[in-house]
Amino acid sequence: MRKFLILLGREVSSAFHQPLAYVVLFFFLIVTGFNFQAGVTLLNTGAGTVTMVQAFFNTVYFWFPFVLVFPLITMRVFAEEAKMGTIETLMTAPVRDIQVVLAKYAGCLFFYFILWAPSLVYFLVFQEITGVKAAEAVGSYLGAYGMLVLMGLLFTAIGCLASALTDNQIVAAIISFAAILGFFFLGLLSFLLPSTGTFLRELTYYLSPVEHMMDFSQGLFDTRPVVFYISSSLLLLFATYHVFQYRRWKS
Amino acid sequence: MIKVEKLTKRFGGFTAVDGIDFEVQKGEIVGFLGPNGAGKSTTMRMLSGFLPPTSGRAEVAGFDVFADSLHAREHIGYMPENVPLYTDMRVSEFLRYRAALKGIPGRRLTERVGDVLELCGLKDVEKKLIGNLSKGYRQRVGLADAMSHEPDLLILDEPTIGLDPNQIRLVRDLIRNLRRHHTILLSTHILPEVEMLCSRVIIINKGRIEALDTPQNLRAHLGQAGYILFDAVVSDARTAASTLRTLESVQSVSHRADGDWTVFTIHAAPGMDPRESLSVSLEQVFAEVTGAEEN
Repeated sequence: MRKFLILLGREVSSAFHQPLAYVVLFFFLIVTGFNFQAGVTLLNTGAGTVTMVQAFFNTVYFWFPFVLVFPLITMRVFAEEAKMGTIETLMTAPVRDIQVVLAKYAGCLFFYFILWAPSLVYFLVFQEITGVKAAEAVGSYLGAYGMLVLMGLLFTAIGCLASALTDNQIVAAIISFAAILGFFFLGLLSFLLPSTGTFLRELTYYLSPVEHMMDFSQGLFDTRPVVFYISSSLLLLFATYHVFQYRRWKS
Repeated sequence: MIKVEKLTKRFGGFTAVDGIDFEVQKGEIVGFLGPNGAGKSTTMRMLSGFLPPTSGRAEVAGFDVFADSLHAREHIGYMPENVPLYTDMRVSEFLRYRAALKGIPGRRLTERVGDVLELCGLKDVEKKLIGNLSKGYRQRVGLADAMSHEPDLLILDEPTIGLDPNQIRLVRDLIRNLRRHHTILLSTHILPEVEMLCSRVIIINKGRIEALDTPQNLRAHLGQAGYILFDAVVSDARTAASTLRTLESVQSVSHRADGDWTVFTIHAAPGMDPRESLSVSLEQVFAEVTGAEEN
């Protein structure tokens, strides 16, 4: 556990040692701020039935930075070590490979959480100023942020796997971006397929992040997406671990 | 300290290391000598636990480097070729991280990092970013990292490559000072380095061990071959040869042209050793056993 924490500390500090971190933080704040402003505008038009939390988590301005940010967070983690050769000193230190993989994954997740943390303040400010509740119940917050964490688990795992596959950060970013976008659009199919009950409609509904977020941000809890995100994240982490170990065989 | 048995590594159809055996005792400095691509780095990578062997086994400090890798790694300080370092970290920060990662307990970290900074002459750059250091300093940071967890064995892959003569001297002095506390296995293709530093030499070529002995014995062994090949650029080969013949220890000299170079074959007089007078060093042993062309 101590070694894991040491590795995690290194991951977090190295994330903030690179200029990219601040560029991402800066633009992410701008876009989510704009998203929030768009949500307020929507409420002002008196659309009526949605709360601030729902308005915030279900717009294009939410999804756009959301899917874009994972390749930027994760592309570096394995690819950079492989490129610089530091993977050799890392893998010959007395630490288990699984500790390295988990620490890198947790480091990425930490940065992802940092990105979303300021949004909590938005809702407080909104309630303070307007006197209107940002959500009907606490379940709405729990659902929306819980879903944010769950989706983060999966998409970060996709990014880590992509980074472990190559020693080129750009290639890693393109692979994870393509995979995340492909998955995201597969989920959008559920809106295009009209008939309920067909297999494809059920499948895409089951996989759709947009549908999940719609339900969860209303405070509707469903165990199926929870199981799906956690199990698929574990599967991808397992694959990442094996790809990482495979370096010992090929190099 | 190191026990290697029939160690083999194949990459696809290419055999990089071909069934080598050797042992290194505690306190020795052993030099791995060989041309590029001979299998030095591959052997060191297997010993350090980075690459698993295709077959055969290796033990460090009594632990199998593959089956019991974590324990073996605790006893090894490994510095890979080209010294990969985290360029975004400061020197002392990096060493602190590495020492902690390799098991130095928290309460001893500051003391230990201070010690290796002192030992490697890094005190004046401890707050600098590694990315801004010169090659010589980076090499010393790599050495400091390798020894940061007080390992019994140091494995140093080409510790002096790419350094200027002054930096080479500093690194060599450093290695010489380390012999008191560590067993050292280092690789190089600089021959005088081996003569200066090592108590034993392993000459490796095409994945096989060609010779394994003390530098002195390897030189003596050359004498039994009976003749010395000697390349030089001379303006008048005939005069040079007759000058060589005047040496007391030389029996006969023949020469032939090889491009701009002249190859002298010098036969020793019975019971005499002309090498002192020719100031021949291990360069020739190296060329002889590896069959490499001198230039």
